[in-house]
Amino acid sequence: MVSFDAVTKRFGDAVVLDGLTFSVAKGEVFVVIGPSGTGKSVALKHIVGLLEPDSGTVRTSSDRIGYLFQSGALLAWMTVWDNVALPLVETTRLSDAEIDTKVRAALTAVGLEYDADKYPSEISGGMQKRAGLARSIVRDADIILYDEPTSGLDPVTARSIDRLIFRLNRERGITSVIVTHDLAAALRLADRILLLKDGKAAFCGTPAEFLASTEPNVAEFVSAMKGGTDEKEE
Amino acid sequence: MKDIFKLFASVGWAGEVLVRSTLHFPSVLWRRRSRAELVTQLYATGIRTLPVVTVVALFTGMILSLQVGLELARFNQEMYLGAAVMLTLIREMAPFSCGLCLAAMVGSAIAAEIGTMKVNDEIDALVIMDISPLRFLAAPRILALVLMAPLISFYCCIIGTVGGGLVGATQLNVDFGQYMSSAMSMAKTKDLFVGLLKALTFGLLIGTISVSEGLGTRLGATGVGKATQRAVIVSFLAILVSGYMITRMWYR
Repeated sequence: MVSFDAVTKRFGDAVVLDGLTFSVAKGEVFVVIGPSGTGKSVALKHIVGLLEPDSGTVRTSSDRIGYLFQSGALLAWMTVWDNVALPLVETTRLSDAEIDTKVRAALTAVGLEYDADKYPSEISGGMQKRAGLARSIVRDADIILYDEPTSGLDPVTARSIDRLIFRLNRERGITSVIVTHDLAAALRLADRILLLKDGKAAFCGTPAEFLASTEPNVAEFVSAMKGGTDEKEE
Repeated sequence: MKDIFKLFASVGWAGEVLVRSTLHFPSVLWRRRSRAELVTQLYATGIRTLPVVTVVALFTGMILSLQVGLELARFNQEMYLGAAVMLTLIREMAPFSCGLCLAAMVGSAIAAEIGTMKVNDEIDALVIMDISPLRFLAAPRILALVLMAPLISFYCCIIGTVGGGLVGATQLNVDFGQYMSSAMSMAKTKDLFVGLLKALTFGLLIGTISVSEGLGTRLGATGVGKATQRAVIVSFLAILVSGYMITRMWYR
């Protein structure tokens, strides 16, 4: 569905992706974790064609790719309905009635059926992300890329977004590639986890394999996550 | 040397925005949703700027009339005041004032709006949805400026001429009827054509520069501020340089 083959990307002198190789299977929930600045979001942008690799190849088996940005990336001057309808209005020849039916269905799928007439500034951050998701599924996306889908959200809203991602994957078979710092969410959601370190794949496997791994980079990352939690608890 | 490369890159990028946006003009007129966006932009460009444009045009005409009138009075040639004010306005000052107002009010708003969209990932979101930002955002804004700038320039010319006439009648003892008669007798079709051509060119340049600066925005809110500032400065310079070149081309 998605494959990276020895992908290298530099910005100036900084090597952000360094021969990165991995593949994501159809219908899989694939979570990319790692410290900040290791190239997680850069990898996502390669999948959708916003960035081109300096060397190596990125392949996707579908053109219908959705992307949920950290901010939701909704157009501020349009209502939620208009935002979700935008790709259909601009890139298809569907009638107004057909567009309305599809948009209402997408909004219902993410629980925003009663907020269609609101503007992005009138809804919460979690609702903006739901609207961004609706904009992806209204195009019948085969693959959805999530860039830090729960960052900046309270734990309850973050869990509801996690559940929504899981439901879309299981009910619609949408292949999901998720970039996150949230190790707990990664372990809950992922079919497989990729740990990025310095632009390279330090580990790739199931959550069970991740927890059982003796790979030093995995241990370091898990320890850092636990350390952060412990410090807060103390 | 690095700055020279940057300058060439900026000019090249603005040229690309100009050509690719212009190619989308027919689709702006053809698509129902794009036409609605064009109407919104025409309103923002033409109607919302009118109060400021009116004041600028009125005082431009009044200042011109006072300065020229005082000199003409020294030679007892006040009867040519209308012609002098009208010719200066129609050929140069009306499109120039209109261009500066549009750059400051509309160009800056376009650069800030698109720049904010850029740093908020909204432009990338459009690209991912297979929606060209140049068709969806740039073309309606640039086309609105191209269509409205000549009209606003013509409006500036009328308001400025009336302002000049009022100063002539109240401070220089020039009869308003005589002033208007002089104004209408000297202006030729060519003057009107060149003035409108200048305004149209200014509209095209302001739109292109503002969109290209907005789309090139980087580094968050600071970047939006810098892009807006650059859009206004570069537009002012482009207005001055292109204004001279058009004058040189038609009045050698």
